[in-house]
Amino acid sequence: MNNPFAEMSAYISPGIMQAYVVLMILLVVGGTVLDMMHKQSAKFFFENSKQAKAGAKNKVGGGKKAGLAIKTVANEVLTSSEFCNTRRRQSHLLTMYGFIIFVVTTAVLIFKYTGSDTAAPGLLGFLWHIGALMLCAGGYWFWFSIRVDVASEGVKWNQFNGRGDLFILGLLSTATFALLWSVFQAMGTGAFAMLLFALFIVSSTVLFGSVYWSKFAHMFFKPAAAFQKKVAMADGSRENLPEDFDLSDPEVHSRFPDVPEYMGKNPPNMGLGIKAEQPRHY
Amino acid sequence: MPTFVRMTRCDGCGHCVDICPSDIMHIDTTTRRAYNIEPNMCWECYSCVKACPHNAIDVRGYADFAPLGHSVRVKRDEEKGVIAWRIKFRNGEKDMDLLAPITTKPWGSGTPKLKDEPAPTQDQRDSQLLYSEPKYIRFDEGDIHTLKSNGLRMKKGVEL
Repeated sequence: MNNPFAEMSAYISPGIMQAYVVLMILLVVGGTVLDMMHKQSAKFFFENSKQAKAGAKNKVGGGKKAGLAIKTVANEVLTSSEFCNTRRRQSHLLTMYGFIIFVVTTAVLIFKYTGSDTAAPGLLGFLWHIGALMLCAGGYWFWFSIRVDVASEGVKWNQFNGRGDLFILGLLSTATFALLWSVFQAMGTGAFAMLLFALFIVSSTVLFGSVYWSKFAHMFFKPAAAFQKKVAMADGSRENLPEDFDLSDPEVHSRFPDVPEYMGKNPPNMGLGIKAEQPRHY
Repeated sequence: MPTFVRMTRCDGCGHCVDICPSDIMHIDTTTRRAYNIEPNMCWECYSCVKACPHNAIDVRGYADFAPLGHSVRVKRDEEKGVIAWRIKFRNGEKDMDLLAPITTKPWGSGTPKLKDEPAPTQDQRDSQLLYSEPKYIRFDEGDIHTLKSNGLRMKKGVEL
């Protein structure tokens, strides 16, 4: 597949395209920093880790912390393991990887293969389209069926929720217009393709410019929170939660005699009670 | 303010919303996280605290009863069938762990099969014990009242 930006470089210089990409990156950085300052996230994480250290039962050294950081990246970041709901997890994985592939290939296409004499390898153009398709697949699936307003609160898919929907709508419109533009440009429809390109640029500007107001920055906050949770569990503070007791351990039996008396020495898995069904009654 | 939700731990699943007996746990529509909409109506029953799968909810007791510095956290583990409390006292010295069973057999396995039980006899229905019960319980008008026997239907969309 071809590089759709190559054809556009006849109307818009590659320099401007590259400046736009840099501007979007700066908007993301700026928006995230402003968001963090507004929500006082840094202060919150710092206080949290101080509290954890105060209640810590054992010290977690630098090496162990690095190990936990790697685990956080490998599980929570790369496989979105925080999701218990399978559909949400799958949709998030599609959307996340689609977004990453789309953004990275866009940057590579614009910086390396647009305006220069080298034609982009077919694989790169193919990946660009695949990224946008994945983003659309995960995003539309989320929008029509998984979005909590729709799944649990009886809101119809065509009813919006203001700031809460800013991020997903920005993502969806960017990816959809990008794909439509590429298709119509390849078909040679001239002005209509230009209109779609303009809509694509507007959507992506809204997406990256609204970082302060939308949920965009969750991609930075979530891994930080997950890492902090792992450290709190590792150092024994566990956010003041009780430990996980092994019910077949004789020491637990002597500490808490009710357990062996009423449940036996090796209680079975009791199955799910209130967690057996998804909460949908609101 | 009784229960509060730690936003970094909440994922908006809604278990607390479903279980709150006062219907005061709601989901904020912008951030998609749970929060207590009416803390002064909360009776600290701890249902939401126990129901939260991520242990995101904690209780800040009223200052006259539970001054600051303590920590009471609970973890209800359904699959193990136990509930664990950890109470840290504000003198910084006492840190209690409590563990108790909440079921002795798997959930749902102890439901009595009322169909297999014999129906009440005429003597039981006529007995003086049911004197002050409404006529539906006394079966004055015959058999038990159901929606079907009254010609009614459950409307579609009503969640039980």
